[in-house]
This record gives sequence, C-alpha cells and structure tokens, in this order.
Amino acid sequence: MSAPTIARPKPTKSTKSTASLRHRLAERGIDTSLLMLVPALFFALALFVYPFSYGIGLTFQPTSAIQQQWGAGVFSNYAAFFKDPFVFDSIWLTMRLALPAALFNVVASIPVAFKLRQRFRGKKFLTTLLVLPITLGTVLTAQGLLIFAGRQGWLNRFLLQIGVIHQPLALVNNTLGVMFSLIISGFPFAFLLISSYLSGIDPSIEAAAKTMGADWKQRFRRVILPLLAPGLATTFILTFVLAFSVFPSARLVGDAMGSTRVMALMAYRAFGEQTDYGMASTIAIMMGAVELVVIAIVLLWRSSMYKGSTGGKG
Amino acid sequence: MTIAASKFESLELQGVGRSFGGIDALVDLNLTVRAGEFIALLGPSGCGKSTALNCLAGLLPLTHGQILIDGKRVDTVAAENRGFGMVFQNYALFPHLTVEKNIAFGLQMRKVPKPELKSRVAEAIALVKLEQHAKKLPGQLSGGQQQRVAIARAVVMEPRLVLMDEPLSNLDAKLRLEMRTEIRRLHQSLGLTTLYVTHDQEEALSMADRLVVLRDGRVQQIGTPEQLHNSPVNWHVADFMGYRNLIDLDVTAVHGSTVTVEDRGFILRGTAVQPVTVGAKVRAAIRPEDLVVVSSAVPVQGGNTTTATVSVVEYHGREFAVGVTTPGGRGLHVRSDHAPAVGSVVELTADPARVLVFPADPIDPSTLSIEERELAEVRR
Repeated sequence: MSAPTIARPKPTKSTKSTASLRHRLAERGIDTSLLMLVPALFFALALFVYPFSYGIGLTFQPTSAIQQQWGAGVFSNYAAFFKDPFVFDSIWLTMRLALPAALFNVVASIPVAFKLRQRFRGKKFLTTLLVLPITLGTVLTAQGLLIFAGRQGWLNRFLLQIGVIHQPLALVNNTLGVMFSLIISGFPFAFLLISSYLSGIDPSIEAAAKTMGADWKQRFRRVILPLLAPGLATTFILTFVLAFSVFPSARLVGDAMGSTRVMALMAYRAFGEQTDYGMASTIAIMMGAVELVVIAIVLLWRSSMYKGSTGGKG
Repeated sequence: MTIAASKFESLELQGVGRSFGGIDALVDLNLTVRAGEFIALLGPSGCGKSTALNCLAGLLPLTHGQILIDGKRVDTVAAENRGFGMVFQNYALFPHLTVEKNIAFGLQMRKVPKPELKSRVAEAIALVKLEQHAKKLPGQLSGGQQQRVAIARAVVMEPRLVLMDEPLSNLDAKLRLEMRTEIRRLHQSLGLTTLYVTHDQEEALSMADRLVVLRDGRVQQIGTPEQLHNSPVNWHVADFMGYRNLIDLDVTAVHGSTVTVEDRGFILRGTAVQPVTVGAKVRAAIRPEDLVVVSSAVPVQGGNTTTATVSVVEYHGREFAVGVTTPGGRGLHVRSDHAPAVGSVVELTADPARVLVFPADPIDPSTLSIEERELAEVRR
C-alpha cells in the first residue's frame, strides 16, 4: 500500500513474546533435543571430516622422488596423476566399466520392474531370485564367476563339448568379467529402487492415457518416462557410484594391472605397494572428483524434469 | 460449439461377465444404451459396477459375453482404439503436464492438426470454465478444478461414450452438488452418451435417464428413476433406494394385491409386489417419509394404522425424524410434524400403496457379503 492514510498502532510491547528464554529458543529449534545429534556429529567429525581433510593435506606433500620426476612443487602429486598415462588412463578404464554397467542395470531394470508390478503366479519367487545376489558378497560372486566362466570353467567346457566353440571364451580376467560382476551385484539394487519408484506412479494415470488413445510406446514415452525420470536418475547415480568404486572384482575377475586397473586399484597400489600415501590420497581425491562431475551432469539433467508428486490426485 | 459427441445408434451389452480367478465380479449384464442417454450404474461397493465400467472401457478383458456398437463388436478392440472418454474417481490427471497439455494429450495421440487442436483445447477449457488455470499443473488446482480438467480431457475427444467412475466421490458435499449440475449440463449440451458409476442413490436418481442397480455382480433392476424410486422389484433394491424400514412379517389376509401383514401386534396393510398367500413370510419395505405419526394435521391414511413407542426424536428442519419401537421390539424410522415425547405411545399411519410387500427370499448366509450378514443379524 502506498497511501498510509490509516494510522496503524505501532507494534508495541504487546507483540513482543512474553515467554521465557527457554521457550523462545525452543521456538527457533534450540533445545535439549539437539543433544541427539551428538553421536552422529562425533562420528562424522572423527571418521569423515578429519581423515578427509588430512588426506587432502597429504596430497600436497609429495615424496621427493615424485617431485624430482614431475616437478610442480606441492602440486607434484597432481602433476604425476595427470601426466603419468599409467595412472591417468585409469579414469577412462574405470569409466568404461562403470558407465555401461550402471546404464545396463538401470535400463534392464525398467521392463523387469514393469512386469513385476502386475500380479502373476510365481511373482514372489521371481522377485526373490532377482534380489538374492544382493546377499552375496563381491568375493563370492567373483569366485563363482571364475569357477563358472573361467577357461576351465563349466560353461567353456560345456560349449566346447557340444561343439559350439573351438577355443575357450575369455570371459574372466578381463573387462568382461568385471562387467559381469558389476551387473550381478548392481542389478538387484537398480531393480529394487526402480520398482519402488514405479509403484509410486498411480496405475490409473496409465489407464487414462490408454483410454485417450495412447499405445504402449506413447504411454511409456509421454507419461511413464517423465514421471519415472527422477527415479531413474537417482538409481543411475547410486549404481554408478557403486560401480565406479569397484575394487574386489576388478582385482579378482579382472586384469588388475592391465585393462581393469580401475582408480581404486591404482590408489591401493600407491598405498600398498609404493607406500606413497600422498599419491594414494591424490588418486582417491581425483576419483571423488570424477564421480562428482558425473553426478552433477545427471542432476542437471534431472532438474529439467518434472519433480512433483506422481500420485493420481497430483 | 464445435465439440459434439460422435454419433452412433445403440450400444449393446450382451451377457457381459467378468470373473477373477473363479470369483464372479459381474454376471450376465444385458443392457442396451441408446445414443444420448445418461445411464447410472448403481450399487453398493463391491457390486461389480466399476468392473462393468472397466470392461466397457477395455481396461479389463471380458470373460463372458460381448459388447456391440451398432452391431459391430467393440469388446475385441483395444482400449486405446475404442474412442471412449473416461473420467476416473481419482481424476488420474498427468501430474507433469499443464491443464492445457492434459486436455490436448488425447488429440495429440490422434494426430489432430495443430490449429484445430488449439481451438478444441481452448473450447474444452472454456466449457469447464478453467481459462485462468490453463497453464497450471494439476497439483496446483483444487479437487473440483481437477475434476473439471478430467471431464474436459474426456469430452474434448468427442467420444462416442463417456464413462465416469464415481467422479464426485472425492469432493465435498457442496461441490458435489455443483458438479452434478455441471455434468448434467455438459451431457445435454454436447449430446454425450454417458455411463456413470456411483454408489450414491440420490446422485443416480437426480442425474440419470435410466438406472441399473447391481448387487453381487448381478443386475437387480433396470429402469427410470421413477420406476426404481416407486416400485423396486425386490427388497434389495428397495433397501438401496431409501426404504429404510425393512420389516419381516407374516401375511394374515390377502385381498387382491392388498395384503395385511402382522408381526407380534404390529399390523399394517400393504401392497404385494408379487402374489403372496396367507401365512407366507414376507418383508415389508417402507420409506421413513411414508410412515408418519398421526396428529391433528396428519389424518390416518386408508384406515391403515398401528401403534409404537417413541425412542428417539431428531429435528430435521421442516419435520421430525422419529425412531419408534414396535410392540415386538423392532426399531423403525418414521416422520412426524411435531415432536412426540420420548417414551410415549404414538399412532402411525401409511398409505397401503406405499407399503411394499416382498416375498422374504430364503436367505442363504453364504451368498451374503459380510456387511449384509451383519445387517441381517441386526434386523433379526
């Protein structure tokens, strides 16, 4: 209002709170319930903030050998990371595993989750079967893969015997083996997440699209996909991060010093074999940075999608 | 006005049935709908009315019978090609699309050219008076507005048939009355053919040209609102059409269709809907409005009178709703123009033509739903 014609009484004492200080603080969220945060805060500080800062500090304390070889003073570790192709290429090698594995897990989960949304005989059994691999550790999966798909494994011997192949297939100790392992352990996660996102979409929305003349492709593209997209993005990020930090299977069913020398392995090598904590920290930090870049891209895409409720009433 | 319903002569449902894993949800539904009719499928929850609608929409395949439009089978046509509009109970709007785009969706699926699409969407929006909200997402609208979008989305397609599945049940009482009029107005002005599912008998009576009463998946009666209101064919329909007093009695005398019925000192004359004999067990159905307390202004009708004790009196504006107890200990709902004292004995009267006497069908408890069984227990 621009014309202050009506003289309003000035806010006087009457509007001031007469409650005690304790009540006024509680109003702003300051009360004894804050103490409940103490354990979490303690562990966050002791187990994350301090070690993390310490690790960052380490990256700026290169060993003299590194400094001599790569120069660049305190940034010598980073110079080494970017200039040494054996280390730097691990970004690409990890990406080559994690991106397709995460994509496959998400894309393959969609039709399965769709089918399992309906009721049918044996649904529980199938769901259990799909989720079961979550309970297997990575090591067990790797061991199983080696026995089943190795050169002398059951699969190769069977295929050789029935004459489909004449040379054993190289299914493990390479990128393919790690990929299998990532899919076995990552798919159940993706499937469970996407199932729960899908169950949040009111089926009558799809029925409505149907009565309006949309065939299944149009229904999927125009209705289901936009509603599911945020869920797909989240699922992709989670499975990608899981796959990107692959370590045991890259070592066990991969080619640890060659085609599957993923970043985690490189960090471990710097730490375990070369006892160069600074370099190991540098690789770990760069690993986080690469993950953050991918996550940022996905979130950027997601922010352009519809984010509201997916229930019928809207 | 360019939006108008696509034309057809008649829609025929022949022996339509649907069972789920051996349980019949809908049995042998035969119905012929003429173009332009407003048909209400009415029944308590779980009676099969929504099943019937979903079968018609193609969202559920039939297990028996067929559906024909002008002699051509449509039950074999996929839901997306039937050209029916459907309004869902929870509206089922696309939450990620604006009101405009929600309404345009069906036209886009049909590849309607852009200029025509635009004008038709604008017209549909004007039809349901949502011009200011065209760019909003459904989540930003109130329940009534969302329902309007759902209706606009269905009628913009110029459907041969509009199916409505309890579209008003999520709205508050006042809005429901407004939307009732609105739907009826659209139906008439666009010349739609509408199949409307509801459990609200008042809604059905006020909106529909014809009603189909369903119970346990079976058709009980098909008729105009007057027919159903005044002459229900059995006590189930009577119960559903507001005959709150259902009394089990014995026949003591028969004069043509007028019968005298009695239960432990409670004697009334009524009209037998089907021929009954003396001594038969019957069930009389009387609306509370038809059974009134005799007073100076309300004379005895047709010499039909009996007495009961007042147990509850409620004020209902123009009249009083009175709960009375018969000498046999049965509770009845009656009306009165004055407030009788609780505990006093009053004289009741009813027009014999308005006391409908039905044969009490031998109740097989296994065929009743749990609710009905409980009701039966209470009435006994």
